[in-house]
Amino acid sequence: MSFSITKHGEVVVVDVEGQLIVGNRQELKQKVLDELEKGERKFLIDFTRTGYIDSSGLGVLVSLSKKIREQGGELRLANLNDDLKTLFELTKLDTLFQIADTRERGLQSF
Amino acid sequence: MRVVIELDVPNDVRNIERIVELVSRQIRELDFPARACSLNVPVALSEALSNAMLRGNRDDHSKHVHLRALVDHAALVLEITDEGGGFDLDRCTRDPTTPENVVREDGRGLYLMHRLMDRVERYTDGGNVVRLTLKRP
Repeated sequence: MSFSITKHGEVVVVDVEGQLIVGNRQELKQKVLDELEKGERKFLIDFTRTGYIDSSGLGVLVSLSKKIREQGGELRLANLNDDLKTLFELTKLDTLFQIADTRERGLQSF
Repeated sequence: MRVVIELDVPNDVRNIERIVELVSRQIRELDFPARACSLNVPVALSEALSNAMLRGNRDDHSKHVHLRALVDHAALVLEITDEGGGFDLDRCTRDPTTPENVVREDGRGLYLMHRLMDRVERYTDGGNVVRLTLKRP
C-alpha cells in the first residue's frame, strides 16, 4: 500500500493506493494522527485506488473516526467501489461513516 | 481440472498480500466469478492468514503457516494451518453489527470469513486448521 496526503482548502485528503490490510494499516493510522497532531480537523479518505480492506483495515478506520471526533474533527470516506461497499454493508460500518460517491461530494459535505 | 497450491509461509503478516494475490490470480485463471476473485477470497483468506500468524502462531517469526488451496470444477477449498493449540470457532465468532459492537475496532474477522465463504470449519490435524470453502455458482 502507498498513500498520498494533499490539502484541499481545510480538508486533508488521503488517497489510499493498494490494499488496506493488517500489514500496513498502522502506517495509515500514524500518518493521519500526525496530521491531527498538527491541528488538522477535516479528513477525507479516498479509496479510488484501493482493492480490498480486511478487518484490521476497517478497525483502523473506526479508530481514526473516534480519535478525530474526540478532537472535534470529522472524517469522511469517498469512492468506495462495489466490493468495498459490500464490506461496509456487511459489517454495518456504512451506518457509522459518512460515505460519498465522489471526492467532490466528499469535500462538499464538510 | 484440479489445481493444488501448497505453501509454507514464514510467519510475517507482510507476506499475506502476495499469497492472496497468488491464490486470487489462480482462481481468476480458472474462471471463478469476478467478485469471488476480488472480494470473497482476498478478504477471507487475508483474515485466516492474519489470525493464523498473529493468534495461532502468536506473531512468532520463527513459526510458519501452511496453506493448501485446492481448486476444481466444484469449489475452492483453502486450508490454513498454524502451530497453535486451536480455538473454539463458534465462541470466538461474534456479531460486529450490533450497536455495541459496530463501534469496536476489532471483532470482524471471523464474521467476514463466514459471510464471504460458503463454509468455515476448524479442526486439529498436526496443527490448528481453518478450512474455507467457496463453491462455484
